[in-house]
Amino acid sequence: MKIHEFQAKEIFAAYGIPVAPARAVASVDEAAAAAAEIGTPVVVKAQIHAGGRGKGGGIVLAHDLDGVREAADRLLGHPLVTPQTGPEGRTVRTLLVEQASDIASEYYLAITIDRARRTAVVIGSQAGGVDIEETAARDPDAILKEWVEPAIGLRPFQAHRLVRKLGLPASAVRPATKLVLSLYKLFCAEDCSLAEINPLAITDDEQLVSIDAKLNLDDSGLFRHPKAQALRDLTEEDPLEVEATAANLNYIKLDGNVGCLVNGAGLAMATMDLIDHVGARPANFLDVGGGATAEMIEKGFRILVGDPDVEAVFINIFGGILRCDILAEGVVAAAKAVDVRCPIIVRLEGTNVDAGRGILANSGLSFQTATDLREAAQLVGAVAKGGAS
Amino acid sequence: MSILIDRQTRALVQGITGGEGRFHTERMLQDGTNIVAGVTPGKAGESVEGVPVFDTVADAVAATGANASILFVPPPFAADAICEAAEAGIELVVCLTEGIPVHDMLPVRRYVDLAGARLLGPNTPGLISPGKSKLGVMAGYIHTPGPIGIISRSGTLTYEVVHQLTALGIGQSTCVGIGGDPIVGLTFADLLPMFEADPETEGIILIGEIGGSAEEEAAALIEREISKPVVAFIAGRTAPPGRRMGHAGAIITGGAGTAAAKIAALTAAGVTVAPSPAEIGSAMAERLNS
Repeated sequence: MKIHEFQAKEIFAAYGIPVAPARAVASVDEAAAAAAEIGTPVVVKAQIHAGGRGKGGGIVLAHDLDGVREAADRLLGHPLVTPQTGPEGRTVRTLLVEQASDIASEYYLAITIDRARRTAVVIGSQAGGVDIEETAARDPDAILKEWVEPAIGLRPFQAHRLVRKLGLPASAVRPATKLVLSLYKLFCAEDCSLAEINPLAITDDEQLVSIDAKLNLDDSGLFRHPKAQALRDLTEEDPLEVEATAANLNYIKLDGNVGCLVNGAGLAMATMDLIDHVGARPANFLDVGGGATAEMIEKGFRILVGDPDVEAVFINIFGGILRCDILAEGVVAAAKAVDVRCPIIVRLEGTNVDAGRGILANSGLSFQTATDLREAAQLVGAVAKGGAS
Repeated sequence: MSILIDRQTRALVQGITGGEGRFHTERMLQDGTNIVAGVTPGKAGESVEGVPVFDTVADAVAATGANASILFVPPPFAADAICEAAEAGIELVVCLTEGIPVHDMLPVRRYVDLAGARLLGPNTPGLISPGKSKLGVMAGYIHTPGPIGIISRSGTLTYEVVHQLTALGIGQSTCVGIGGDPIVGLTFADLLPMFEADPETEGIILIGEIGGSAEEEAAALIEREISKPVVAFIAGRTAPPGRRMGHAGAIITGGAGTAAAKIAALTAAGVTVAPSPAEIGSAMAERLNS
């Protein structure tokens, strides 16, 4: 789960990680009041769940209150397009008004999980404020790493070693070491999958300050963080995805024209690949899970056909725990209720498959059925070609 | 032969008195699994499908000589249950639980190594040596005993592949789900040498997906150590970066973990990578006949 910069900085402050005085606001008047209280110059920062905000004009230095009002008025309620948002951008609903810092030098600091080594890893670089992936590709030696032994956690000597290699001014070494250890404590205690400060700045008077803050929370850890659940910003998510999540469905909207409904994440991805392989484009990822009910299938189907981009639907189910007859009942109920106009290709296999196929055949609706994946692929391919002509 | 489990395996079910535990204990017994004990704290003395229930894994091991365990334990308690099994001397711990926090798994994964146990999963459908033993939730009836070993990060996609093989008259030695989480126990690289050493296994199918680098590590190992034919499929060619595709581990981050990189590494190692999920079984049939 992603959270906003202003939310991450509140958590940073609770762990003693230095952040500049700031306030999150939702209107032009609030922005001006916050700037007056903090004292200009301030930085007005658009709060969206995407990087590259600076490049998109979402971070504005304002020297006076008029400048703050102007920036807030330009940003609030409007879409912000950055290299990570796609062409439609993301609507800005919240701004962070933050005291401007006199930055002498910038660094990169992050903690994440190294899956291959099965440990947490602390990553540092002198190239702060830029895309770390670009740095890693251009100059891998510029990336410093300290792997954390899970049994004993991050040791102070490791944090110190990293900070020394970053080449911070002597006066900042001790506070920076403490900062790295605090960030690791936060990373573990808040069940983060990523904790990133980019950039971490040293000011002209040699003070540390987190200019940006990014925390990604492990969805699997949310059950023990009731407060973190309140940080979810549903306006940042696709409305169809929000609807699907509420129905316990795993749905991701894509930009293709063939909708698919599948049980199991691996088979769902493979089904998307199959659609692509026969010359069409998947409109979504939808995993209804192993224990789906007829109601969940119906809901999933409604979400698919509610997507205006969908020109055909491909249902691919390998029934195990999810029985084919349950699936068929859900699909028939949904198809009757919503008056579907696009072709529906169904491939059923597994538990109670004969009963499932019988329900589809006797429904009075025209499904195109396939007995195996190869045949289903041909049907999807034919529909895709028909749509293109 | 087979790998990891066979008729001699003495299985234990942790969480046997819960709904899932009960249901799958019955099905595993039907598929030939030798289940000798169950464990649920506070339920010692009860029995499920004739299987005696104990309070702790250590009690169950002492009384029955159980050497493998399958866990039906909810996420908040699963990491602890894995440790309990490993500490009691269980050799193979199969954890089906989906949704264990990654910060719980980091030290637990380390502890399992320390205790000398093998962990499968978490977030796996388990494993089956058809006709011999099953520690998992896959439908036994779609499987047939035979010469192909399967290692997979996915559940239903594995059923699909088993179905394709069975339709072609090709059976399976052991089918192993390694799990869809970012931190798992046994990986492709651990299991490939076991299939290489298993005299019954004639070919290996590897079903990977986007995220992490387990497939790249497998490719390096295949090039060095595996002489048997290997067929692979990588799910997620069309998945967008930065989105978690169902499995917690299936996510492309920072340009790493893409299907293209995995397919390139496997192809370079001499693996036949099926271009479509409909052609995995037939690709293996071709490799066996050539």
